[in-house]
Amino acid sequence: MIKDPVRTRIFRHSFLILGCLIVVFPIYMAFVASTLSLAEIFQRPMPVLPGSQFFQNYYQAIFIGGRGLGGERAIGALVMARNSMIMAVGITVSKIIISLLSSFALVFFRYPGRSIFFWLVLLTLMLPVEVRIVPTYQLVSDFGMLNSFPGLIIPLAVSATATFLFRQYFLTIPDELVEAAKIDGAGPMHFFRTILIPMARTPIATLVVIQFVYGWNQYLWPLIVTTERKYYTLMIGLSRMLATADHQADWHVIMAITIIAMVPTMILVLTMQQQFVKGLTESDK
Amino acid sequence: MVRGKHVVYKNKVLPYFLVAPEMILVLIFFIWPAAQALLQSLYREDAFGITRTFVGLDNFRRALTEPLYVRSIGTTLAFALTVAVSTMAIALFLSTLANNIGKKALAYQTVIISPYAVAPLVAGVLWFFLFSPAVGYISYNLRFFGVRWNHTIVPGQAFFLVVLAASWQRIAYNFLFYLGGMHQIPDSFIESAAIDGATPIKRFWKIVFPLLSPTTFFLLIMNFIYTFFETFPVIHQLTRGGPSNATSTMVYRIYRDGFIGLDFGGSAAQSVILMAFVITFVALQFRLVERKVYY
Repeated sequence: MIKDPVRTRIFRHSFLILGCLIVVFPIYMAFVASTLSLAEIFQRPMPVLPGSQFFQNYYQAIFIGGRGLGGERAIGALVMARNSMIMAVGITVSKIIISLLSSFALVFFRYPGRSIFFWLVLLTLMLPVEVRIVPTYQLVSDFGMLNSFPGLIIPLAVSATATFLFRQYFLTIPDELVEAAKIDGAGPMHFFRTILIPMARTPIATLVVIQFVYGWNQYLWPLIVTTERKYYTLMIGLSRMLATADHQADWHVIMAITIIAMVPTMILVLTMQQQFVKGLTESDK
Repeated sequence: MVRGKHVVYKNKVLPYFLVAPEMILVLIFFIWPAAQALLQSLYREDAFGITRTFVGLDNFRRALTEPLYVRSIGTTLAFALTVAVSTMAIALFLSTLANNIGKKALAYQTVIISPYAVAPLVAGVLWFFLFSPAVGYISYNLRFFGVRWNHTIVPGQAFFLVVLAASWQRIAYNFLFYLGGMHQIPDSFIESAAIDGATPIKRFWKIVFPLLSPTTFFLLIMNFIYTFFETFPVIHQLTRGGPSNATSTMVYRIYRDGFIGLDFGGSAAQSVILMAFVITFVALQFRLVERKVYY
């Protein structure tokens, strides 16, 4: 390793710190706004230190809601967070289970049609929801799944990324292991449950992070599939609140909900950082 | 033939049950709607969905001769290119600084990657709050620099803001891949160049940057895909494609024409055009993977 002269070191760290400050600044300002009263937010300039309204604002955000979420019977962030959670967990769990099963079949069996299945999964990479949005919507509507959790989850329950990640991982498992399991008389499902799944902990952990973030942050699909307030996710709720004009919006509540919407994914990404970083940079290529 | 194991289970029926859930969903929610989009793009439907007439390639001709649609293709590409180049440049710079500094790198990394967890919509909300003409902290302070900020009126400012929100979020992803790429460059390469008297800047351009070119190419494609598809929430919520269509991207047009204009044929034709873009990106990505395998 080459030792840095002091000047280089100062240069290095000052720019890294600057970069970090720029990353944190908008989040910090949102947090500050979530602790101010609406009148304080409208002061010019807005205060840059947290105020005293933290509990009032978050109480209102979580239990009462605000302008844009429906007058008398508005919903708060608690309901929306529950909906986001159901959607994110539903998507994550189904993607992982479905992909584990199919990649197991793609790697450890030989049968007519295997290549076709592989190419079909590959094809889905070229068909993101945006390019088939109208027909998919019509289909879900024909199935009577608008305004329902299955309608939010099932059309997003397939993941080519997950299937390929598991497939790649399974391909690295030595043949001897399969051989040994067979000699011991382990049938395929027994092998799958007791050997393969425990071995696949790392890719599963990576995918939990990636897919949970994906599901939690979904916007376009819930926007068109749910119109009833009780199915609003945090993203949709935020979107409804922002639909009012700038100078009329309940910014103190919006900012509290914004913070609430960031916390779960942030915690997940940062606590699983190492596994996630390794999995992401090695899987996507 | 698609790769599999040499040692396999011989069951004849079981594998079909295992792939069934995925195949059923792929056929119902991917293949069928995509085929429908192809078909719909050849028809014109009235807004109530009662009559349907075959119009051949008319929907495509209509889209591609409409100046605003052609402009939305240009906007999307300009948007993607701006986001890709700026995030890659910043991420490359930051990861160069964070490389080879031991444990301290993890602290910086933790902060820099945190926007990965933030939803595109939320990223938009954060920046638009700062730039809001009514309450924005930055828009207020820009006044002292002689800038009158109002992105709801000035097209260039709206475009800048959408790029800013998207880039802020996207740096995390680029940073991780560049840092990972740099870890794979053997220290001995850098050290021997240093002994030969190459300055840090020269070492970067002559050794590090060329060795990172596969990562750069990969990130370019991934950033294009990201900007094409993931930035819809920002645009839908915060600019609605405006002012005067300055931020109207292809995905936003599909949504607007399909769900607000109820022009299913036109929207489907646009979907097919968008599909062509995605196929190009994915094909490029695979070529890259292939090259990496064979080199």
